[in-house]
Amino acid sequence: MFTGFHFIPPDTRIGFVKLRTISWVISALLTIAPLLLVWKVGLNYGIDFQGGTLMEIQTTESAANIADIRAKVHGLNLGEVQIQEFGAPNDVLIRIAAQPTEKEQQDSIAKVKQVLGDDVEYRRVEVVGPTISSELISGGTLAVVVAMGAILLYIWFRFEWQFAVAAIASLVHDVTGTIGLYSALQLEFNLSSIAAILTIIGYSLNDKVVIFDRIRENLRKYKKMPLTELLDLSINETLSRTVLTHVTTFLAMMAFVIVGGEAIYGFSLAMVWGIVIGAYSSIYVAAPLQLILGVRREGGTATAPAKAKAAGAAARA
Amino acid sequence: MLHFPQWKLILVIGIVVAGIVFALPNVFPRATMENMPSWLPHKQVHLGLDLQGGAHLLYQLDENEMTEDWLGTIRDDVRETLRKNRIPYIDLMQNVAERTVSVKIREGGDFDKAYSELRKLSVPVGGTLGGFSGAHNFDVDQSGDNGIVLKVTEAGLTQRMNSAIQASIETIRRRVDAFGTTEPSIQRQGRNRVLVQVPGISDVERLKKLIGETGKLEFKLVDPSANAAQLAESKQVPPDDDLLYSTSTPPVPYAIKKETLVSGESLVDAQPSFDQRTGEPVVTFRFDATGAKRFGKVTQENVGLPFAIVLDGKVISAPVIREPILGGSGQISGRFNVQEANDLAVLLRSGALPAKLTVIEERTVGASLGADSIAAGKKAALLGLMLVVLFMFAAYGLFGLFANIALLINIALIFGVLSLIGSTLTLPGIAGIVLTMGIAVDANVLINERIREEIRAGKSPFASVEAGYTRAMSTIVDSNVTTLLSTLVLFWLGSGPVRGFAVTLSIGILASMFTAVTVTRLMVVYWMRWARPAMVPI
Repeated sequence: MFTGFHFIPPDTRIGFVKLRTISWVISALLTIAPLLLVWKVGLNYGIDFQGGTLMEIQTTESAANIADIRAKVHGLNLGEVQIQEFGAPNDVLIRIAAQPTEKEQQDSIAKVKQVLGDDVEYRRVEVVGPTISSELISGGTLAVVVAMGAILLYIWFRFEWQFAVAAIASLVHDVTGTIGLYSALQLEFNLSSIAAILTIIGYSLNDKVVIFDRIRENLRKYKKMPLTELLDLSINETLSRTVLTHVTTFLAMMAFVIVGGEAIYGFSLAMVWGIVIGAYSSIYVAAPLQLILGVRREGGTATAPAKAKAAGAAARA
Repeated sequence: MLHFPQWKLILVIGIVVAGIVFALPNVFPRATMENMPSWLPHKQVHLGLDLQGGAHLLYQLDENEMTEDWLGTIRDDVRETLRKNRIPYIDLMQNVAERTVSVKIREGGDFDKAYSELRKLSVPVGGTLGGFSGAHNFDVDQSGDNGIVLKVTEAGLTQRMNSAIQASIETIRRRVDAFGTTEPSIQRQGRNRVLVQVPGISDVERLKKLIGETGKLEFKLVDPSANAAQLAESKQVPPDDDLLYSTSTPPVPYAIKKETLVSGESLVDAQPSFDQRTGEPVVTFRFDATGAKRFGKVTQENVGLPFAIVLDGKVISAPVIREPILGGSGQISGRFNVQEANDLAVLLRSGALPAKLTVIEERTVGASLGADSIAAGKKAALLGLMLVVLFMFAAYGLFGLFANIALLINIALIFGVLSLIGSTLTLPGIAGIVLTMGIAVDANVLINERIREEIRAGKSPFASVEAGYTRAMSTIVDSNVTTLLSTLVLFWLGSGPVRGFAVTLSIGILASMFTAVTVTRLMVVYWMRWARPAMVPI
């Protein structure tokens, strides 16, 4: 009977933590480079955070005459206007900068609709006024902070504070890495980007918890083993699972990048990238950080397993 | 060992079957569903605006304007009260920034009487339980020499805002209903906002125009002594008149008497119709008894003079009164086309908005984009599913197959729950389902890896399967709870499509804890009992 390929041989013993000097440098780069990028290049903020108007139109002709549309819309003197092809050649995206008041913002749509006439189909119109955009910025930031805080508390409660700190540190790594992708590719940064970041936080944490779980188990099992060795053992023991899970999720999300359409492209690309850096940070950031934070073997570990068992039993029942 | 009590088996199968039954309506087109027996669930998953097309409009009620209006009313009441009591006063004014109306009493001897009379204007806020609630809608205080200040309270403003929003929602609902779309949703959001969601609407500009109009109708007299064109030039309008413009292009100026003869509040009905002589689209209206009496009297007194029909400060038409209109009904003609006449009738029937509403967020999606998104989402989800299924089989063989069956059940459960609770499926929601596939499979990966480890540790087939499930459990719970936490935050933060994502993802995670753990376990247990394998094929 077919029993499946063992993609990762069971006796794999890669010295992940042993190579930590190199991985520290890479991780630091991965965390800092995006910040520099955001500082120097900036993020391509969508109208959610900047306010403004976005219109997706489709012309009935085979290809849109972008120059003509540009001339018409520019003639309205609405401030900064961006016009670009979007997916198909007859699909055009028009972005109009925020207008001083909500009313002028509304008027700007009517004006554009007037000059473009009835020959085009308005597939999507989004208008975000100044009131809402500032609320969305604070709401989005708050959400990421609250999510991190909730996670910190949960891990602290279920494991030790060292695990919680390591988890948050590696999540910061994942978040900056994802923001870096948005900056590098100049993908539009909007509400769904915040959703992508929150999802990456949740998903990536999932992975860290699995490895932490194993570290905790091994700490009890091998009381004399040096920590470096023990961490490497834990990572290797869970490596097969790490790889399999990430590959399946990666494949599933990749399907969205390829055929999911323009509307969700940025979101799915960020997710795919988040899956990759999440896997990296589980192995190279979260686990090795235990060495620095100095996880304890006695005391606290005695209570944690009892809790884990209780939770396991409760979930089974 | 590998014990699986009967009741648990029935429960698991029951849940799975229920999930599939509730999910089924989504597989068939509506026509097929209508022929199904009525005891089967018929509810389909509700598609979000991004998938079926429609308009999402967030309106904000102008709190300043509302306060200003209210202060104006309070000022009039103060004037009225003082006049009635023959108390001379000076400096009656309102201050919007400080939310106050102030007045000075001329004679010191009148002050106490004025103060006590004005205090009577203020009323307690909210459901007064024996009048003990304390807070009034505005405070009346002495200020300086013989000065009285009426200051609107926060509680009073909140109460006024609540009723204004409530009234706005009613009015908007009547206007939106005129479009005849299915299931429009009009909800309050926060203190001073109303969210209007209308699926499947194509003419968004018309919708916005109809909702955005205040809809305040007034019948007034045209000042026959004034020359409006000259007034428009000189800007010197007589104190009893207003200079208003017509709705036609180019706008024509009119000098209109300030006094309102009859207002839209007296209307009981308004319908689009056609003029019997000219065949031109018009709006016919009917007044209530008091309105009819008043209108009859006014028209009787002013035969031969023009009067104006004014909507939101603009003159729709200014016909000459040919004969007294005593029946309480009439018609408005203003060179309308059929749609304009229809919209005006809707506006008049729905009543006026208590204050101006401004669009602060608009997201509209055309039906074609929605259809494209559904197609793309379907394609991506199927491709994703196929890749995951193939990969799981490649990784674990038979146990991968069990995981795949559980995965399909998981997806059915998601759709079943979505249909059952009437939740909305959005494009990010579809992505959430796909992400769930990865997460659902993860639980089985954890279990299967554990089983492999237990086998390597030398345990018997049955013991290693048992240990695999038991020991992976706490890891699965921990890792899913953390994902759920961030999903809850997402739900709390998000609106529309993003919230849809949070909903499917959390339902998916919960369902996957059930399917990946319980359903696969059931399959594995029964297979092991039946096949009695000497070694676990994993």
